[in-house]
Amino acid sequence: MSDSQIFHDSEMDLSHRAKWLTKRVAIYGVLIFWTIICLFPIYWTITTSFKIAPDVMQGNMIPWVDFEPRWKGWKSLGLSPNTIFTESTVRDEFIKRFMNSIKTSVGASTLALILGSCAAYGLSRFNYRFGFMRNSDISFFFLSQLILPPVVLALPFLVLYKKFALLDTSLGLILLYTLTVLPIVIWIMRDQFSAIPVELEEAALVDGLSVWGAFFTIILPIALPGMVAAFILALVLTWNEYFFAALLTSTDAKTLPVMVASQTGSQGINWWSMAALSAAAIFPLVVIGVVLERFIIKGMASGSGK
Amino acid sequence: MTAQVDLLHVVTTDNITPRRIALGRTLVWGSAGILLLLIATQALFENGYLSFGFENWRPVLYAYVFWAVCFCASQVIIRGEQGKRALFVLPAVLFVASMVIFPLLFGLSIAFSDWNLASPDGRSFNGLDNVRQMWADPFYWNALKNMVYYTMAILVEYAIAFGLALLLNSQIRAQKFFRVAFLMPLMLSPVAVSWMVGKSMLEVRFGPIARLARWIGWEHPSFFGTPEMARTMIMVMDAWTFIPFMMIMILAGLQAIPKEVQEAAKVDGASAIQAFWQVVFPLMLPISITAVLIRIIFKLKLADIIITVTSGGPGGATDSVTSFIFREYRDRSNVGYGTLLAMVYLVVIIIAITIFMKLVDRWMNPRY
Repeated sequence: MSDSQIFHDSEMDLSHRAKWLTKRVAIYGVLIFWTIICLFPIYWTITTSFKIAPDVMQGNMIPWVDFEPRWKGWKSLGLSPNTIFTESTVRDEFIKRFMNSIKTSVGASTLALILGSCAAYGLSRFNYRFGFMRNSDISFFFLSQLILPPVVLALPFLVLYKKFALLDTSLGLILLYTLTVLPIVIWIMRDQFSAIPVELEEAALVDGLSVWGAFFTIILPIALPGMVAAFILALVLTWNEYFFAALLTSTDAKTLPVMVASQTGSQGINWWSMAALSAAAIFPLVVIGVVLERFIIKGMASGSGK
Repeated sequence: MTAQVDLLHVVTTDNITPRRIALGRTLVWGSAGILLLLIATQALFENGYLSFGFENWRPVLYAYVFWAVCFCASQVIIRGEQGKRALFVLPAVLFVASMVIFPLLFGLSIAFSDWNLASPDGRSFNGLDNVRQMWADPFYWNALKNMVYYTMAILVEYAIAFGLALLLNSQIRAQKFFRVAFLMPLMLSPVAVSWMVGKSMLEVRFGPIARLARWIGWEHPSFFGTPEMARTMIMVMDAWTFIPFMMIMILAGLQAIPKEVQEAAKVDGASAIQAFWQVVFPLMLPISITAVLIRIIFKLKLADIIITVTSGGPGGATDSVTSFIFREYRDRSNVGYGTLLAMVYLVVIIIAITIFMKLVDRWMNPRY
């Protein structure tokens, strides 16, 4: 009995260890379960875009094991390896919508960021009196726009845009999208600016800069991460917007979500091409989400501060 | 109330001559004159009193922008340093005011008229007819009722989001991976989601979820057959996209709680469950309320998923107010009635949110 143990873990310690282990397993189990819930639809869409009809019908899921990936879905979009250099009307259409989406979302986010940062900075530093409105009223005026549901403005804008010849133009969409994301930008940026100590600007002013000079050269560089966060959040919201785009655009300025939605209705669904289209539509944001996750979280977290 | 002194105090001696003031005044009134002149011309032209005019109102828009720029510039010219400060807020105020207040007033005026955009007659004022029509419209009331259901679903979303945030905040490996994965649904466009999940994964014949349902033992899965089921599916899809949003806000709140507080609870002999309910949850209340409030606001805009997946069906059972008005416009292109419905919706929202905030306020404040 040379290998007999002298010291034994007591019953209590062992049970503690077992309890710890079950807890760990449970935690990771839930985490992995939720990861699957979050990622499976994306996986499904991407794999479906490489399937052909029988694969879809049989519900094959794992490429190379269940089914042989084909470029069929991407071919119908004109984006597969053998069609990429040939003429394709579908691809032109897709690229056009894609560019429209980029134009409107980047345009609106930039405009909102410029207007919003200035307003947020002003509100965090100075006391205003516009008639009866003071700072808190002005802040409330901006933030209350969040409550306004888009549908309230939709039909009046439809009529007004018709008059102003802004219907079906990117400019019209940009203006509206700016309006919808402006409160969020102001909210995030106000938080950012009030976290920056005033002494910095005071020093700059003593050194002879004007208020605006201090804002541009001292404050903006410091607040840059917050601005990136606000910009990305605005980008996500405007890129995905469907309601206004569906209502106010028809041919020229149609954005990607409208294109995706308009494919579903008619003559049965081409699973593979729809999957390819959806995959292409979500791709930019998936990339942004993975690469710039830090900023998105920062943006939303700073919004929750107040 | 904050002090009346600016946080950033600036002392400058402005040298504003009367000529400068006069110049500023001229700028504002001059550009306003141009704007008014253009509006008058165009209005007369449209009504046939004038033979010349523009094709559309676009020039008026440019004139308005020009006036706005002049107005901002004149602030600096007339008021010097004070004007420079006003310049920070002024563009945003002007933008929002012109984009919201004017269309809202305009909307109010078309809400009481019968205006079919497709017909050549144009608009005709019809008094309270739209209100009467709304009163008798079962689909609108149904949509409002649905909004209540959809909003209730936020409680479940909140519970799930809180749970996930707690998990992410605990000591786990690969935290960043899980965070990115959990964030992903938020990045996806609801339209793409409604295709990916609503149309393809919930396909009754070969969608993976239908397969799973059959495997579990549901003979003939049908996800959009009955009103209750369809509504639940819409809720699930919407929750799927927006749970990450609440989760991240709550996670930020959790990370802001100092470790000492929880350690103190542990030292005092609180169990994990006690520590959560007595310490963590009360500390998280303010942030939770913000998160839920923002979520409610987003929920009230819910439309894209419904429009693309069920388009309100079966029988209007899944309609949200927004999707209902959208279809109402698509089908009959009657702007007046749709606007009235939207206006009523806005009033309902404002009242509901005010009551909600008051209740929260009353509930929160006696404690502290």
